[in-house]
Amino acid sequence: MATDVTPDLATAPRPAPVPAVKAPSLLARALDSDLWHSFKRSKLAVVAAIGTLVFLLAALLANLAPQDPFDPAQLELLNSRIPPLWSAEGQAPFLLGTDDQGRDILSAILHGLRVSIIVGGLGVLFSASLGITLGLVAGYVGGAVDAAIMRVADVQLTFPAILIALLVDGVAKSISGGQMSSGAILGVLVLSIGLSFWVQYARTVRSSVMVEKNKDYVAAARLIGLSSPKIMLRHVLPNAIGPVFAIATINFALAIITEATLSFLGSGMPDTQPSLGTLIRIGNRYLFSGEWWIAAFPGLTLALLVLAVNLLGDWLRDALNPRLS
Amino acid sequence: MTFRSALAALAALGLVAATLPASAVTIRYANQGDLKALDPYTLNETTTIAHLGHVYEGLTKRDKDLSIKPALAERWETPEPNRWRFHLRKGVKFSDGTPFTADDVVFSAERVRATGSNFATRLPPDAKVIKVDETTVDIVTDKPNPILNYQFDGWYIMSKAWAEKNGAVAPTPAAATTPSYASLNAMGTGPFTIESHQPGVRTVFKKNAGYWGKMEGNVDEIVFTPIANDSTRVSALLSGEVDIIEPVPLQDIARVNGTANAQVLTGPETRTIFLGMDQVRDELVNSNVKGKNPFKDPRVREAFYKAIDVDVIKSRVMRNLSTPSALMIAPEYFKLSKDFTRPKADPEGAKKLLAAAGYADGFEVGMNCPSDRYVNDGDICRAVIGMLARVGVKVNPIIEPKAQYFAKVLKSGGFNTSFYLLGWTPSTGDSHNVLFEIMGCRGRNGASRGDTNLGGYCNPKVDDLTDQILTETDQAKRDAMIKQAYEIGNADYGYIPLHQQSLAWGISKKMKVAQRGDNQIRFEWVTKE
Amino acid sequence: MIAFLVRRVIQAVGVFLAVGIIAFSMFRFVGDPVNQIVSIDTPYEERVKLRASLGLDDPIPLQIARYIGRAATGDFGISYQFRQPVSALFAERLPATLELAFCASVFAMVFGIVLGVVAALRRGTALAGTLETVSLLGISLPTFLIGILLIYVFSETLRWLPSFGRGDVVRIGGWTTGFLTWSGLKALVLPSITLGLFQMTLVMRLVRAEMLEVLRTDYIRFARARGLKTRAIHFGHALKNTLIPVITIAGLQLGSVIAFSIITETVFQWPGMGFLFLQAVQNVDIPIMAAYLLLVAFIFVVINLSVDLLYTAVDPRITISGGRAT
Repeated sequence: MATDVTPDLATAPRPAPVPAVKAPSLLARALDSDLWHSFKRSKLAVVAAIGTLVFLLAALLANLAPQDPFDPAQLELLNSRIPPLWSAEGQAPFLLGTDDQGRDILSAILHGLRVSIIVGGLGVLFSASLGITLGLVAGYVGGAVDAAIMRVADVQLTFPAILIALLVDGVAKSISGGQMSSGAILGVLVLSIGLSFWVQYARTVRSSVMVEKNKDYVAAARLIGLSSPKIMLRHVLPNAIGPVFAIATINFALAIITEATLSFLGSGMPDTQPSLGTLIRIGNRYLFSGEWWIAAFPGLTLALLVLAVNLLGDWLRDALNPRLS
Repeated sequence: MTFRSALAALAALGLVAATLPASAVTIRYANQGDLKALDPYTLNETTTIAHLGHVYEGLTKRDKDLSIKPALAERWETPEPNRWRFHLRKGVKFSDGTPFTADDVVFSAERVRATGSNFATRLPPDAKVIKVDETTVDIVTDKPNPILNYQFDGWYIMSKAWAEKNGAVAPTPAAATTPSYASLNAMGTGPFTIESHQPGVRTVFKKNAGYWGKMEGNVDEIVFTPIANDSTRVSALLSGEVDIIEPVPLQDIARVNGTANAQVLTGPETRTIFLGMDQVRDELVNSNVKGKNPFKDPRVREAFYKAIDVDVIKSRVMRNLSTPSALMIAPEYFKLSKDFTRPKADPEGAKKLLAAAGYADGFEVGMNCPSDRYVNDGDICRAVIGMLARVGVKVNPIIEPKAQYFAKVLKSGGFNTSFYLLGWTPSTGDSHNVLFEIMGCRGRNGASRGDTNLGGYCNPKVDDLTDQILTETDQAKRDAMIKQAYEIGNADYGYIPLHQQSLAWGISKKMKVAQRGDNQIRFEWVTKE
Repeated sequence: MIAFLVRRVIQAVGVFLAVGIIAFSMFRFVGDPVNQIVSIDTPYEERVKLRASLGLDDPIPLQIARYIGRAATGDFGISYQFRQPVSALFAERLPATLELAFCASVFAMVFGIVLGVVAALRRGTALAGTLETVSLLGISLPTFLIGILLIYVFSETLRWLPSFGRGDVVRIGGWTTGFLTWSGLKALVLPSITLGLFQMTLVMRLVRAEMLEVLRTDYIRFARARGLKTRAIHFGHALKNTLIPVITIAGLQLGSVIAFSIITETVFQWPGMGFLFLQAVQNVDIPIMAAYLLLVAFIFVVINLSVDLLYTAVDPRITISGGRAT
């Protein structure tokens, strides 16, 4: 399954730029260079960016891992629960040890990282597209449409993220009779995580559209006969994209954590094709019973990944805020 | 406000201190499951039955080794093959002071078989319960029934007067839409009474001062809390917040035993874990083999049997806390179990059998498995999947929480499974239950036969033996027939028995506990320093 | 104003109806409640009868109508697992969750604001950088892992704090509180930290950002120019201005705090609503699931309404019309 999705990987973690690309104005380029400048000055941002890149690369190269942890025929139960290589009972080639099914932890982490990044990336892509579209429409059209969309957003907020995800997942599982392929489960996770996060984008985009739409340049654009979608995409959206970008980065981290949490509640990726969250859930049972490595290494990986992405998001938010430079 | 609340806090603290007599022995007990119904006929489930067994008693009870002992019936005999005579214990009083008489037994016999009871099978429908005098009761059946009293330990006797006074004559059905008095209160002849019950939070039992029997232990009070999360439950024991927990997850046993204040009591449990295969459908529901059912070929079933190494499952998945089994019943419940040995795993032989059956390249099949029902159930299934992968069979896991799992595989779900893992404890403690429910042909001469035979294994010879076993009163002959039935089942590879799992109770080292194989913790046998 | 309230009430009823319908259409997929109600060796015929008596074979719209009809009179049915009225169970469990959510929010606000102010005032220093990074750890590990780690350290190893439950509670009328006993207070510490950590990080980041913005406004510059002391400016003016949006967000977050308590309550065996709900999902206890979802919807409607009303009270420029007052 994971291999089917590999080509998407390059775009998955950086979903938001899609609309931004459509505004290759001088202003955008200048902003870019400012960004670059600010980036070079922030050591934390550089470290975070390198960290994120390392994780993306690792996920991309997961196939080079010593073992395919998703193939039951490659797992040998007699190799289960071997401690990391550097401890007395360690065994090559299991650098970080093995889990209760004889799965090489390092290979599992690499594959799990890929699954987590795909879930997070696609989740953000989905929620951002949904939220931006609805926010643009609500802000630009206004009136009853606006009221309706914002009311739906309220109802949506009535159900906190985790509840939505639990319910969507439960329904999907039962409709399929519990025999969803891991791809379908991944899709459900993306859907449920995406559905829980779109409101933030919609509200942000809507409020900045409300500010922008009464400005002279929009009126001018309308006068020269540009269609509404064009005005929205080309002129209004770029002004709102900064905060959206920052939200997206943080949400990417949130989505990965949400998937891990859902996994604890039994609604995440299956144990046979684990994400980082699933690995932690499997391992947390053994954390204090001597086999700490089963949860500790995936946990560490998850924490570092989320930390790196968040730091990057923080820097981006500050850098994109003109009043704070 | 702050002054007042401070006062209230002080008062509350004082109150708590005042109500605890200095010498009282309180046991704090945490279980993964909860006491789910107070009406003793509502829910046939181990934890609930075990809890209620402190308040209620049956005519018989089971001793520490599961042997049947007199309880409310002092002794019994069978004057005629169809007639059982029970002599009731004299001088026994319910905890509300009313005396226990034959009327209560007749009343309970009606109530347990009334609509809404989940325990109707504890007493056969044809059994007539007749009051001979105040302390004698006869039970008459149409045909001889040597195992009539095998389930009486879980048929709790209720007070007729109490039920009538409180409008609780009818049993509380599991699907009650209004709570009945008996579902919120419990009153029996047992060693304890229920002081308070907050479902899912806390239940407090107090010693019944007027108990007729001799208490072996010294427990005055039991405070029961369900703790569902495994790590939290173990932490609560290790931090000394509770005195006894059940179960201890297998991986934490060494850790608990490594501490100074707690230990794990392990022992064989009577539940048998096994794998079943759909042998009924002409095409499996979850497979890539179309137009035929591979499991109808005994060679395929034998190949599956041989591919699975129960010893590796024991050492790796069960951490040596399981007893590999050649039979569908635990040795505690069948004397001749020792005559059976489980053949060693033979993956090469399995491959050959598959090739001979025409599946040299293996095939694909889905496997239904619960993830939160038995000890390490999901892990066992993943291990099985790995072992079958090595002989070329690709097994697709359908590992789900028990709520969804049972909704599919049981009769009510249309036996929607091709290959599954299940656990079974015969509630009678007797093989007839296994041969009828699990190994009997579905629906054959007897409507409920094979209701839990999810794969539909069927051999009429087994059924014929089963029917003879039910009425045979000669123990030796009966055992020989049971043995013969199991031999037929094994030769057919109708099921793949895996093991009996182990009990794992975590207890404070201050306690002495008797462990019973049916996983019921009996606090009348508990002593705490 | 009255017209506004009426409209909001109508909308609220709409929300409840929607939630009810969605919930019920989903329930039939969660599993068969009968299997959770009776034991595995219950005869098939008995199961069939049970299903019928629960009304599970009726068409979904009929089930919904029946449920709403009963719910309107305050009857939420009997829990399949506990055989007790759902309303009684909720009355028992709600105080536990609300007290936990309250403590978690207070923890999140106090620490979030303090850390946020420090991070803003010391912007660019090593201290601020460390604080910001460390605070991110709170949202970098799944809640359940944090809870388990806390229990291991503070309950099992150090034995300072209890690992499960609410301790001794005091009953005041229909409410049970853990605030009035020492064991009750101790029991609140670990779950509150576990639940509040996530919110704390959010509050801290929000305070820092708002503070930085406010410090750059003209009004603060004027205050500085007038020669006010730095401390007075920071805490008398800047922080005060920062707090309004922070409190609003915290209020809005209360709903998700309650939702996230599902995990915290499960780890700590906290006898609250979240744990009740999770068990209901695992055991297909439809009456509890339905009532819980309605309650969450109710809480959110109330929060949204109060926020709207507060806005008008705080900022007279906002007039209430049809839409959201944001």
